[in-house]
Amino acid sequence: MLELVIVSTLNGVLYGMLLFLMASGLTLIFSMMGVLNFAHASFYMLGAFFGYQISRFTGFWVALVAAPVLVGGLGALVERYGLRNVHRHGHVPELLFTFGLAYVIEEVVQMVWGKLPVDYRAPAILDFPAFTIFGTNYPAYKLFMLVISVAIFLCLLAALTRTRVGLIIQAALTHPNMVAMLGHDVPKVFMLVFGVGTGLAAVAGVIAGPALVTQANMAGLLGPILFVVVVVGGLGSLTGAFAASLLIGLVQTFAISLDVSAASLFQALGIAAAPSGGVLGDLWNVTIAQIGPIIPYILLVLVLIARPTGLLGNREA
Amino acid sequence: MSPPAIALAGLTKSFGPARIINGVDLTVPVGERHAIIGPNGAGKSTLFHLISGRFAPTSGTIRLEGTDITGWKPAAINRAGLARSFQVTNIFPKLTVWENVRCAVLRAMGYRPLFWRSVEALPGVAERTEEILRSIRLGHRASLAAGLLAYAEQRALEIGIAIASDARVILLDEPMAGMSHSESEHATQLIREVTSGRTLLMVEHDMAVVFGLADRISVLVYGRIIATDTPERIRENRAVQEAYLGVAAA
Amino acid sequence: MSDLADAAPAGSGWTTAQPGRASIRPRSGSLAGQAVPWLVAAAILAGAPLVLTSGTALTMMSLMGIMIVFALSYNMLLGQTGLLSFGHAVYYGLGAFFTVHAMTVVAQNRLPVPLPVMPLVGGLAGLVFGLAFGAISTRRAGTVFAMISLGIAELVSSGSNILRSFFGGEEGITTNRTKMLRVLDLNFGPQIQVYYLIAAWCLLCALLMYGITRTPLGRLCNAVRENPERVEFLGYEPQSVRIAAFSLSALFAGIAGSLAAINFEIANSAYLGVHQSGVVLLAAFIGGIGHFVGPVVGAVVVTLLQVSLSDLTEIWQLYFGLLFIAIVMFAPGGIAGLALMHGPLLRAGTAHRLVPAYLLALVPFLALTAGLVALIEMAFRLLVKAGEGSAMTLAGLPVDAATPLPWLVTGAMALGGGLALRAVRPRVAAAWDEAAAAAKEARP
Repeated sequence: MLELVIVSTLNGVLYGMLLFLMASGLTLIFSMMGVLNFAHASFYMLGAFFGYQISRFTGFWVALVAAPVLVGGLGALVERYGLRNVHRHGHVPELLFTFGLAYVIEEVVQMVWGKLPVDYRAPAILDFPAFTIFGTNYPAYKLFMLVISVAIFLCLLAALTRTRVGLIIQAALTHPNMVAMLGHDVPKVFMLVFGVGTGLAAVAGVIAGPALVTQANMAGLLGPILFVVVVVGGLGSLTGAFAASLLIGLVQTFAISLDVSAASLFQALGIAAAPSGGVLGDLWNVTIAQIGPIIPYILLVLVLIARPTGLLGNREA
Repeated sequence: MSPPAIALAGLTKSFGPARIINGVDLTVPVGERHAIIGPNGAGKSTLFHLISGRFAPTSGTIRLEGTDITGWKPAAINRAGLARSFQVTNIFPKLTVWENVRCAVLRAMGYRPLFWRSVEALPGVAERTEEILRSIRLGHRASLAAGLLAYAEQRALEIGIAIASDARVILLDEPMAGMSHSESEHATQLIREVTSGRTLLMVEHDMAVVFGLADRISVLVYGRIIATDTPERIRENRAVQEAYLGVAAA
Repeated sequence: MSDLADAAPAGSGWTTAQPGRASIRPRSGSLAGQAVPWLVAAAILAGAPLVLTSGTALTMMSLMGIMIVFALSYNMLLGQTGLLSFGHAVYYGLGAFFTVHAMTVVAQNRLPVPLPVMPLVGGLAGLVFGLAFGAISTRRAGTVFAMISLGIAELVSSGSNILRSFFGGEEGITTNRTKMLRVLDLNFGPQIQVYYLIAAWCLLCALLMYGITRTPLGRLCNAVRENPERVEFLGYEPQSVRIAAFSLSALFAGIAGSLAAINFEIANSAYLGVHQSGVVLLAAFIGGIGHFVGPVVGAVVVTLLQVSLSDLTEIWQLYFGLLFIAIVMFAPGGIAGLALMHGPLLRAGTAHRLVPAYLLALVPFLALTAGLVALIEMAFRLLVKAGEGSAMTLAGLPVDAATPLPWLVTGAMALGGGLALRAVRPRVAAAWDEAAAAAKEARP
């Protein structure tokens, strides 16, 4: 039991930090530009595939730097030549633009790398068990992922609190109208924020790729959860996104390891009476592990009923 | 005796540490044209937002014709008989001028958002809409998108939407903002016509308009009302001169 | 059928304008005049199978009929009320599942219910779930609403994998439409009978949805889309208006799902998936969300593209996405918006002045499109279909994608076309301004 708690906590925090790498970029972009980047998870996917492709030629460590830079540059180009032109039509067309972009990126990735998972592996130097706990080996690569995401989190924190651009961005988070005070630099700051935000998502992709499955549907799987994170945390709130990332990371990780259903629970208590068929039977026999994937969405609905602005948000979108 | 149209008691509103409205008491009897003046940042618009339900007050009570409406939603306050216009033009830019007014007329005539009767077949709606449009002199613009109107026309439409809801109490927030001299003279006449028989509470910077239109004036400074009186008396009030008129004249 | 106003700039001053005596009410047209488009639509629906007699055409037209209802219902949200949903297929799918179950129950118990009324079941399912989910998601519009709709869509589609006895797991559930009570000796076995069933429901639903745009609710939906705050100060709760629009739109989506269930005799989890929600969004937007007919155009175009492009190329979905992005960027009014822009010019008889400029733009436009398509197809060949060799045919011409020549030619076409299009853009704009100005003068 203790083993399960420790390993799941580690994995949950790791998953949460990965979510936050993406959610932070998404939140920054939303707060500054008012655009919820529907294609954010697609940039994460591009990060993973770019990482895979580059590491085949140069090895993992070059890819770790080069892939996010490339993807971030791509993001900046998308902002400059796509989003900026749609901006004058309003926020809904902007969201639609990024929706179309997500669609196209998925198709292109399928076209280039196919629909099957690619063989993207962790570098050999990190391919050893970091420590053994209750007889289970914890891979060093996962620990490395944790270190990287925490390091980037700290860098982001420092950049936001110590640099001039960071302070402006921070001001814009709490006072969206402040963005206008940036004067003639606004387009450049937007491009920068979009580039950095998508670059952060790509970092998550590069490091998550070897641990998870690098496949053309990975954006479609993760994207909706990412939006749950930012809505549950409160749109535009970085702290909220952080809390929600960890919450969802932990809840989902723990759920997956719990192979318990109502039926098994009652059986353990010695109560045999149970519906055997129909929808009730389905609900009776479903394990927590099986409902793991929908827990974020249940959480979303519950939070919205109880607190429409999200956990830590106070902004009306 | 009937209760006053509007009665504010001990009204305060704070945003964080900043207290914008600081204990306002005000009674506006039925049928009075009452103007609120004061320097920029005195809290005039905030006061209107409190009365019309956009913000909930921090403390104090608001009564509309004797009914306590403190903390009500804007829609409920409107249905209770209070309508307002906005300082920054707040219309439906892509709908026609006709539709802008008709939306307000629908509610005034008690129609809920039905989906089984054609809006054109509802008795009285078209007649009333036409009447309002003619009274705000926008009849010839009826089929134009409201966003394409000239500025002064949009301001007139703003007033038209407010009066179209047939409310007994009308709040006008700087109806003349941004108007030329001749336009605001014209608008003063218009407001006098369309609000006759109703209670009017207005915020306005144009002193010619205020002194020409109002029965009584209240002066709001730093979230407090420092004087409420007839226009003549306000003009002579020393505290007002120091706090406001003197500043404005300088 | 537009809800937008006449686009004429404001001129004379407000203070000097004299209200005329003539009636100022918007002309609503005679009843007969309003009926004409609907009679034409009915004639097209009734006559199409007589002209296009092939089985493929009949199948495609059935799909179009279903998609028209679905896309129109979607536009009650996006176009009319300003609610961008990423989960509209939830109601379409639930409508389909409930219809399949209802059909099976009817057939098993020999209940006296004929097939043509079954879409009511789907409509009811859509309405009930629309009310429930609408209540929690319509508190706010814009981005938040969009994200919640996506969350609910994921919740329902993942939930459908758990509740297998109702949703049938991966395979879905099937039924048989010929086992219902027969009226007029129709057993709905042949596709032509199903087509007419779909066509009749399509016309009825379109008529009802158009009718709704003319009611107080329909007008308030537009007002809420434009300025929800102002609506509050008029005494209406924007959320009530949104919930009403949302559940009615879910009702019609449910009917569309029912029609699909009847057409395919199956319902599976793809019906309520996010992909299906994406398709209806694409259809409505490509057609044009600013006009009632837009989604109809979009449904026809998208179905046509889905069926015909998927025969021509394996990466048709990529073109689909690129078309969508192009519409969002360059023609946010969609196809209908582009076409109806020309209405005033056609009426004034000045539209012919645009023809030379349009022809001038057409050449580089075709070069750009053809060049891009060729580049994408060659890349696809080299990257994905490498096993089949680099020899391929483009527009009937044999091409070897491994040689530089075709890349140079098509690249030059795309680049040259793009640059030329940019160069002629001012000419087209000037021609447009001229024609519009002439149209204004021609007006009394």
